[in-house]
Amino acid sequence: MTSATAETTDTVTPKTSGRPSGTGMAIWRAIRGNGKALAGAILLFIFVVAAIFPQLFTSVTNANDRAYALSLPPSAEHPLGTTSYGQDIWAQLVWGTRETLVVAVVAGALASILSVLIGVAAAYLGGTADDLLSLLIDVFLVIPAFPLIIVIAAYANGGNLAIIIVVLVITGWSYGARQLRAQALSLRRRDFLESARVRGEGWFYIVIFEMLPTMVSLIAANFLGAALYAVLTAAGLQFIGLGSPSSQSWGTMLHWAQSAEALQTGQEWWVIAPGLCIALLGAAFALLNYAFDEISNPALRPVRRNRRNRVSK
Amino acid sequence: MSVSNAKASATASESATPSDGSSGAPLLEVRGLSVVYETSSGTVTAVDNVDLTVHRGEFVAVVGESGCGKSTMLFGIAQLLMSPARISSGEVIFRGDNLVTMNDKELAPVRWRNLSVVMQSAMNALNPVRRIGAQYADTMKAHGVKSKATIRARSEEVLALVGIDKIHLESYPHQLSGGMRQRAMIAMALLFAPELIIMDEPTSALDVVAQRSLMLQIKELQQQLGFAVLFVTHDMSLVSHFSDRLLVMYAAQEVEFGETRTVFDDPKHPYSEGLLDAFPSIRGPKVPLVGIPGSPPALSAMPTGCRFEPRCPLAYADCKVVEPELYKVDDVLARCLLYSPDHRPKEHAGPIDPTAKESEL
Amino acid sequence: MSTPILQARGLTRVFRVGGFGNRGELHAVDDADFVINESEIVALVGESGSGKSTIARLLAQVYTPSSGEILFEGTPLPQLRSRHDQMRYRAAVPMVFQDPFSSLNPSYRVSHGILRGLKLHRPDLDAAARRAEAERVTEAVGLSPASEMLEKYPYEMSGGQRQRIGFAQALAYRPKVILADEPVSMLDISIRIGLLNVMATLRDEEHVSLLYITHDIASARYVADRMMVMYAGRVVESGPVEEVLQEPQHPYTELLVAAVPDPRTKLTMTAKQAAGEPPKVVNPKPGCRFADRCPLVREVCRHVTPPLLELQPGHEVACHVAAENAGRAAESMEAAA
Repeated sequence: MTSATAETTDTVTPKTSGRPSGTGMAIWRAIRGNGKALAGAILLFIFVVAAIFPQLFTSVTNANDRAYALSLPPSAEHPLGTTSYGQDIWAQLVWGTRETLVVAVVAGALASILSVLIGVAAAYLGGTADDLLSLLIDVFLVIPAFPLIIVIAAYANGGNLAIIIVVLVITGWSYGARQLRAQALSLRRRDFLESARVRGEGWFYIVIFEMLPTMVSLIAANFLGAALYAVLTAAGLQFIGLGSPSSQSWGTMLHWAQSAEALQTGQEWWVIAPGLCIALLGAAFALLNYAFDEISNPALRPVRRNRRNRVSK
Repeated sequence: MSVSNAKASATASESATPSDGSSGAPLLEVRGLSVVYETSSGTVTAVDNVDLTVHRGEFVAVVGESGCGKSTMLFGIAQLLMSPARISSGEVIFRGDNLVTMNDKELAPVRWRNLSVVMQSAMNALNPVRRIGAQYADTMKAHGVKSKATIRARSEEVLALVGIDKIHLESYPHQLSGGMRQRAMIAMALLFAPELIIMDEPTSALDVVAQRSLMLQIKELQQQLGFAVLFVTHDMSLVSHFSDRLLVMYAAQEVEFGETRTVFDDPKHPYSEGLLDAFPSIRGPKVPLVGIPGSPPALSAMPTGCRFEPRCPLAYADCKVVEPELYKVDDVLARCLLYSPDHRPKEHAGPIDPTAKESEL
Repeated sequence: MSTPILQARGLTRVFRVGGFGNRGELHAVDDADFVINESEIVALVGESGSGKSTIARLLAQVYTPSSGEILFEGTPLPQLRSRHDQMRYRAAVPMVFQDPFSSLNPSYRVSHGILRGLKLHRPDLDAAARRAEAERVTEAVGLSPASEMLEKYPYEMSGGQRQRIGFAQALAYRPKVILADEPVSMLDISIRIGLLNVMATLRDEEHVSLLYITHDIASARYVADRMMVMYAGRVVESGPVEEVLQEPQHPYTELLVAAVPDPRTKLTMTAKQAAGEPPKVVNPKPGCRFADRCPLVREVCRHVTPPLLELQPGHEVACHVAAENAGRAAESMEAAA
């Protein structure tokens, strides 16, 4: 039993006032109209500003400086107090935004690019090429991140940012590749692609200029998912000490807070603040991800409706 | 215990007896049915105040193009609407009971025993991983038939009625051809010998010869078993030889309703006329045709006045502002201002003088 | 008689089907012979599985023939090897698709396909000339004002308008034959006539031929000059459209014509006649494929495949009984070498 919806197959969709002048405008309007998207966008915006202009939020120029008294509680001068090493927690938080965000965006973007290339190529080429690439995707899907970086870190004698990003990309691309391959497969038989083939376009042009533009929302959602994965996993890796000890990021803060037993010594903010920020950044990506789903698939949009009335006479 | 006994005992246990004793009263009477659904940009009316009747053993066809609301109306009558669509007003009186006010528990004995539905695509309605026989058995068990022998016997009976070898009870839907699947659907609808079968474009996925074959089959079964049919389609010519009465829908409204032959030979509403003219004929002289230029209005942006006015070759000033009612013209109902009591009848019309009447606005 | 634009001789296309145990060959098209001349609309009529869509794709070079050949202005297709020749063919024989909702890329304005096509196939035009030509073809298919229409996105257009853009895309190549694969079957009835009129205009004013593939005989009659009827992969009848419809020689054509719903005429078909369905042709044996459903079937029909013979000028039929009635039984019934 299908739900009855009015077909508009041969009616012209009325033009909404103020047509988007480009995809940028369209995205902005879509975000503005969706509650989840707006919340996510605002959060992300705050973090981005903090990453680019940390000076706006704190006067401290080097957050790792052990310049202050140890283990102070929150006060006007130190909004979140200081660490056991005399560092300002709030400053660390603000300055840590940059590295955390960089990891998220770079790892997310690289993983997405890899997903797109391999997933879409597999779908378009078909046949043995598809079989081989799918095998590749499945193999990478099951490689676990943590043991992998432990092995790599052992070889590299300690982890650093670049290694973390590499590991995140290696372990994070395959999930998206499966999704993109599935969508590209469903697109293969669409008439506009056959029309391009019959027109005489080369396969490279078809994949890049005809297929990918129709998959933009899935690719964007993919990026957000990969970024979310990167944030959480990077934090986890740094927390267990596999990151560089001198790096400024929230995960490293958690690591030091843990080794200094912050919760037991009454320095809750040292733990709560970075943890909360990780969660908020992750939530920002997740909210935007939901919103992209809803924007690209109208069937998922929540509809505000009255409770069903039974008509009785 | 045969199936018909099962049905009889079930109906006897209902508290209310259907009150449609006389054969004159219609089997199905739809009054003022409106269906709306909620979108993020407001409430959209998909079916606007439709009236229709179906008598016992009658074949009523509902025709219209995509977006006119005919399938939505069908689902509304069969109480199969799911949110965000809902019935906002009107009654559906079937055998004396108003289906709209009944909840699922009250509807259950009616469903499939007295009223069954054949969907547009058998592949959508049949479960692809279960054999045909198992699906028939499920249906019968759901309505209280327990005896395996009865189930088997009845399944074979209905397959024979539609001309399918009973060996196919063991087949999966994908093993049958398109035409056979549709007939298997119809057979399923016949399991309890209902009085009314509602069909939503059951032939549109079939080729022309299979379509004709299926229509003939439905008509034969109708004559044999006496059930009534409410048939929705976009193809007017398909039902021209089979339906007793015809209802034409446009933009969620009923625009013409009358005996099929009358509507075909002398269509009253300009839309019906335009639609009929849009079918090139196979025999007779080849004439250039025009179709109906333009497209139906979007359901969310209905024009004021008559909804067909932007495309109507006979429109005049009043049509933009006055919403026409369903007027009775000869034996037919037509929603067109040409037939409102304030205007001259169409036959006498030369060019209609828009200044001649300053009717109520 | 000038060279036909397209000619098929013995055109066959076979697909391998089945898994390990039951491999077979699905004969989608068998031994098709036909021509398409200048300025004519040829209707290719048949039910699903008849092979009509496969023929379109063979002509569009989506598939290569398993045997037989296609000649373009007298030259067999395989001889068109250079990129230049290939592009010339693609420009001369473009295709219009059935589904208005997937035939245009939703991410771009509708001008995209037309402009791309012009860029690829008419390199002599500069950007301004391309724009002008795009507007010309858009007007030619009845979309006006062209400059506004070209700026729309597909979702802003109705199904009928999108199909017109499909024809405009094809027209932009200055084609000789447009392959139209069921271009109106997904449109509402009242819109179809408009598109059919566009097709007739293309023939009359732009001198473009069309291969109109459809299962709707009435629309074929309305717009076509000649008609070819296919059944189970074979051409069974072909000739001027009025002749084929009013005096069908092949029993399948008769069945098709009787099955077409026409409100103005009485019903002539019975349930018994309509029973049965076209077979899926896997590993076929010789013999007429319509034999199981044919009211005129004879013993020879089950063993000898009837060839397509020209029984009247311009009118070909593949049926032993029809051949016999025309006095050419011997030709028809001799077994193929």
